[in-house]
Amino acid sequence: MSTTPSTLKYAKSDEWFDAASGKVGLSDYAQGQLSDIVFVEILVSAGDTVSAGQAIASVESVKAASDVYAPVSGKVVAVNEALAEAPESINSEPYGAAWFIQIEGGNGAALLDAAAYDADCAARAH
Amino acid sequence: MIEPTIFELSSPGRTGVTFPQADVPAFDLPEADLLRGDLPLPELAEVDVVRHYMALSKYNYSVDGGFYPLGSCTMKYNPKINEDTCRLPGFLHTHPLQPIETVQGNLALMFEMQEWLKEISGFAAVTLQPAAGAHGEFTGVLMMRAYHQSRGDAKRVKMLIPDAAHGTNPASSGLVGFSVVTIPSDARGNVDLDALKAQCDDTVAGMMLTNPNTLGLFDEHIEKVIGLVHGCGGLMYADGANLNALLGIVRPGDLGFDVMHFNLHKTFAVPHGGGGPGSGPVGVAEKLADFLPTPLVGIIEEADDENPPLYGFVTPKHTIGRMKAFHGHFGGGVVRAYTYIAMHGGEGLKDISQYAVLNANYLKARLEKTYRVPFDRTCMHEFVMEGRFEGTDIRALDIAKRLMDYDFHPPTNYFPLIVHEALMIEPTETENKDTLDRFADTLIAIAEEAKTNPEIIKTAPHSTPFGRMDEVKAAKELVLCCWLPEEQ
Amino acid sequence: MTYIPISPAERDAMLATVGAKSLDALFDAIPASVRFPKLDLPPALTEMEAASLLDELASANESVRGDLVSFLGAGMYNHYIPAVVDHILRRGEFYTAYTPYQPEISQGTLQAIFEYQSLMAALTGMDLSNASHYDGATAAAEAVNMAFANFRGKRRKVVLSTSIHPQYREVIRTYTQGIDLTLVGDDSAADLQASPAALIPLIDANTALVMVQYPDFFGRVFDYTRLIEAAHAQGAFVCVIANPTALALFKTPGAMGADIVVGEGQPLGIPMWYGGPSLGFFTTKKQYVHKMAGRLVGETVDTRGQKGYVLTLTAREQHIKREKATSNICSNQSLLALASAVYLSVIGKSGLKQVANLCYQKAHYAASELSKLPGVGLCFSQPFFHEFALCLPKPVAEINAHLLEHGILGGYDLGQDYPSLKNHLLVAVTEMNTKDEIDSLVEVLKEALND
Repeated sequence: MSTTPSTLKYAKSDEWFDAASGKVGLSDYAQGQLSDIVFVEILVSAGDTVSAGQAIASVESVKAASDVYAPVSGKVVAVNEALAEAPESINSEPYGAAWFIQIEGGNGAALLDAAAYDADCAARAH
Repeated sequence: MIEPTIFELSSPGRTGVTFPQADVPAFDLPEADLLRGDLPLPELAEVDVVRHYMALSKYNYSVDGGFYPLGSCTMKYNPKINEDTCRLPGFLHTHPLQPIETVQGNLALMFEMQEWLKEISGFAAVTLQPAAGAHGEFTGVLMMRAYHQSRGDAKRVKMLIPDAAHGTNPASSGLVGFSVVTIPSDARGNVDLDALKAQCDDTVAGMMLTNPNTLGLFDEHIEKVIGLVHGCGGLMYADGANLNALLGIVRPGDLGFDVMHFNLHKTFAVPHGGGGPGSGPVGVAEKLADFLPTPLVGIIEEADDENPPLYGFVTPKHTIGRMKAFHGHFGGGVVRAYTYIAMHGGEGLKDISQYAVLNANYLKARLEKTYRVPFDRTCMHEFVMEGRFEGTDIRALDIAKRLMDYDFHPPTNYFPLIVHEALMIEPTETENKDTLDRFADTLIAIAEEAKTNPEIIKTAPHSTPFGRMDEVKAAKELVLCCWLPEEQ
Repeated sequence: MTYIPISPAERDAMLATVGAKSLDALFDAIPASVRFPKLDLPPALTEMEAASLLDELASANESVRGDLVSFLGAGMYNHYIPAVVDHILRRGEFYTAYTPYQPEISQGTLQAIFEYQSLMAALTGMDLSNASHYDGATAAAEAVNMAFANFRGKRRKVVLSTSIHPQYREVIRTYTQGIDLTLVGDDSAADLQASPAALIPLIDANTALVMVQYPDFFGRVFDYTRLIEAAHAQGAFVCVIANPTALALFKTPGAMGADIVVGEGQPLGIPMWYGGPSLGFFTTKKQYVHKMAGRLVGETVDTRGQKGYVLTLTAREQHIKREKATSNICSNQSLLALASAVYLSVIGKSGLKQVANLCYQKAHYAASELSKLPGVGLCFSQPFFHEFALCLPKPVAEINAHLLEHGILGGYDLGQDYPSLKNHLLVAVTEMNTKDEIDSLVEVLKEALND
C-alpha cells in the first residue's frame, strides 16, 4: 500500500517537488533505500539559481551516500537550516519536516505523478 | 570481561618509563602564555600498559591465528624472518636525510628492489615512494595526466573504469580532475567490448583495469581491451591488487599496460598491520618514466675494480613531484618485501601464483554445488559466489558472521557490487589442503543449517567475544574519543 | 625457501578435484605469447642466507645508534623508544590482522585506534582525530583537500607559510595539480625574519585555508592566535602542522583556535626507518568531522549490550563515494598508530613532559655553546623548541663533511631550499644527545671553522 502523496510531483532521481510551496525533498522510497541517514549537507544557498538535475544536497547514511538533485529549475528562496541538525528526520518524515530547499519558478510539469513514480520504483526493485 | 580504555585505567601519580635528569645547565622556558597548561594523558605503570594491550590483542583475529580468506586482500602468511630483517639497527636508525655515503646499504637495497620489481612486472622504471595501493594509484593517475598535458593534449578528461573496480580507482581519478565513465562487464565477467568501443574517442585519458578482476577472472580479451584504449590514444592503468595471481605467469608490462601499482602488503607478504602501513610502488612503461615522482634511486658513480657503485638519488626529467616526505615506506614495506623476494627467486615466485590459483580453484570446485558461482570458469587467485539460498532469507552477511563461530575469518562480502550477496574468497597459497577442506566443509554445513536452523545463522556470531555492533548508534552518536575520567 | 604447505600428493589430489591436468593448465586464459616468462632474478635464498644478506646491507649503513652521533632533524627525530613498544607491535594478533571491517573479531585493533584518536585529540587540544594518514606531509595535503572541498570550489586560494617543511610544500603542490587552486606565500625568497602576521595581507574572501607549522621548519615557536583570528575573519580555515613532542610543553594549536592540526607522528615511538613508514596525524573540530578524510573509529554497543567499537561514518570514504570522494585513502597507519598509543601510554603525562623538557634544555645548551664560537650565530631570535638555525662563516657542506669525519651527523643545510639561508645549518637536539656529545659537536665545529 503506497503512501506516496498524490499532491506532490516526483523526479526519477527520487526527489519530490511541491508545486504549491516550491519545496523539495527526498521520497520515502529513497530514504528506505539509504536506510539510517546520519548526515546531510545542502550545497546551495538562498538566492542561488539552480537548474533541474543539478546537485543541491548530499546525504550520507550508515552504508551509503547519495546526491539530491534539483527536480526543477528556478531560484532558491529558502534552505531548511534545521535539516542538518536532524538528518534522521529524512527517514521519519520524508514528506514533512525533512524538506531541503524551496525553489521558485518551477512548475514540475515534466515530473512524474505519484502513481507513475510508484510504478517506476516498483520496476527498479526487480 | 570488557577491557577498559587506557584512560579509564589511568591513576594519577603512577609512572611508566622515565627519562634521565638533564645533564646540561637549566635554561628558562619562554613566557607562560606560550606554554600549555595541563597535559591530559594517562598515567600508568609499564605492567598496566602491557596487560592492557595484551588483553586487546586477544580480541583480534589474525593470519597467525587462523584462515583469513578475505578476497582482494591477499592475507597470506607473513614470514617471521621479515620481522627481524626490517628491524636490523642499520635500517631502523638511519635518518632519511643522511649523506648518501652513509646509507649505501639502504640505497643498494632500494635500487635492487626497483630492478626486481621491473623484472617481475615487465615495466621500464619503478618508484618505491607511494605509501599504499591507493597512493600508488594517485601517483599513476597524476602521471597519466602529466603525460597527456606534456603533449598538449588537454582534452583527455575521461577515465574508463569497469563496474567491478575497487572504489579507489574512481576516487583517484576524481582527485586528479578526470571524469569517470563506468564500463559494464559481459556475461563471462570480461570487460564488455562493445561498451568499451562506444567510449573510445580522443577524450579518453586512459582506462584503469584490475586483471584478474575482482571476480577473480582473467579478462579473455585483454589484448583487445588494451588495443582499443591505445588505439584512441589512451593509457592503460593496471591495478596491481591481484598481482598474486600473476607472478611468473604473465608480466603486465608485456601485455601492454603503461602503468601499475604494486601492493607490497598483499603480493609480497608485508603484514597488513591491522589496516596499514602498506607500500605501493609504481611501475611504468618507457614513455611515462620521465614523469615518475622524485626522487628515484640511481647509480651516481659506476662500480670499478675496487669499489662498488655509489648509489644516490636522481630526479626524473618531467617529474610530477613528490608524493610524500622522504623515500616511501622503506623500513616496514620495502625491506620486508625485499627479504621475501630474495628467498623466492623467479621460480619460487611462480610457485606462489600457481598455488594461489590452485587453492582458489580447489575451494571453488568444493563449493560450487552448494553455492551459486556466477561467471563459472577457471578462476585465478580468488572467486566470487553468492551467499544466499533459495527459499530462505539468509544473506551473505549472515554467512560471514556464522563463519566466525567456526573460527574462520569471513570472506569479503558485498563486493564486487555486480554480484548479489557476494562472498569473495581468496585463500592464498599459504593454506594447506586440510584447512581448505575444513573451510569448505564448514560452508557446506552452514548451507545445511540454513534449512534446519536458520535462526542460528541470523543471530551469529555466538562464540566470539563480541556480538554484532550497532553501527547506526556509532554513526549517530559519534563518540570518537575518550578522556581522562576527571575531564568528563 | 617456500611457504607453501602443500605436498606433491596433495597437489595432485587437488588438481584432480579441479579437473586440471597440471598447475600450468590453470592459466589457459592468458595469451600464450606472453605466458610464463622466465624471471631473471637472483637464485632463491634460504632463510639463513637471506638473514645474512640483509645483515650485510644493514651493516653497510652508518646508523645513529652506535655509528654516528646525530644532530639531524628536519622532520624526523631521533627519540628513545621504550622496549615495550616493539614487544606489543610484534604480537601477531596485531600485525597480521587486516583492517577491522569485522568488529566482532577485531576489537583489539578498533579499541587501540580509538585510544590513539583520544590521545591525539588530547595532545593537540582538538575535539577529535581520525585513524591516521601516511605521514605528516600527506596529512597536510589532505587538509588542503578538505578545505577546498568544504567551500565547494568557491574559494580557490591556499596561503602556505614559507617556513613549512619544504618537502611538505612540495607534496601539497603535487597533490593539488589536478585542481584549480592557487598556492600563495610559498616563496622561498620571502623574508624569513617576518612574523606570522606578514601572512595576514594574503588572506582574503577567496582563501580556503591558511597553513603554518609549529614549531616551524626553523624550530621557532610562534603564537598563531592573531593569525588565526584574521583568517577566521575572512572565513578561511587554518591548519597547523605541529610537532607532537613540542605539544607537551607549548600552548596547543587547539587553544589558538586552529581548525585542523596535522603532523608527523614519528617522534611518538616510531623508528626513523630511513624515512618511513611513519604516521600522519589529523585532528579537527567536531563540526568538521564529516569533511575529514580517513578512517574513523567510534564507540557503540553490541547485541549483548557490551561497549565496543566500529569503523564509522564510512559513507564519506572512497568505497562508497567513489569518484565523488574527497580523498582516495583506503588504509591508515594502523600498526604505527598502535605504536604511538603504546608510547604515550607507557611514558604517560610525566614522561612526555620530561622528553619535551630534555629536548628544550639540551637544544638551548647546544645553541648557547655553539653561538659562542667566533663567526657563528643564531639566525633567529624567537623562542625555539629542539631545533634552531645556525649562521656559519663557511659553507655548510664543508662543515658537515668535517663533522662526519668525526662521526657526527651535522644538521640540515638550509641553503638547499632557501637562497637567503646560504651557510645556515639547522641543528636538532633531542633527549638522546648527551652533554658530552653536544660539547664534542662544539669542539669539532670549532676545528672545522679553523681549518
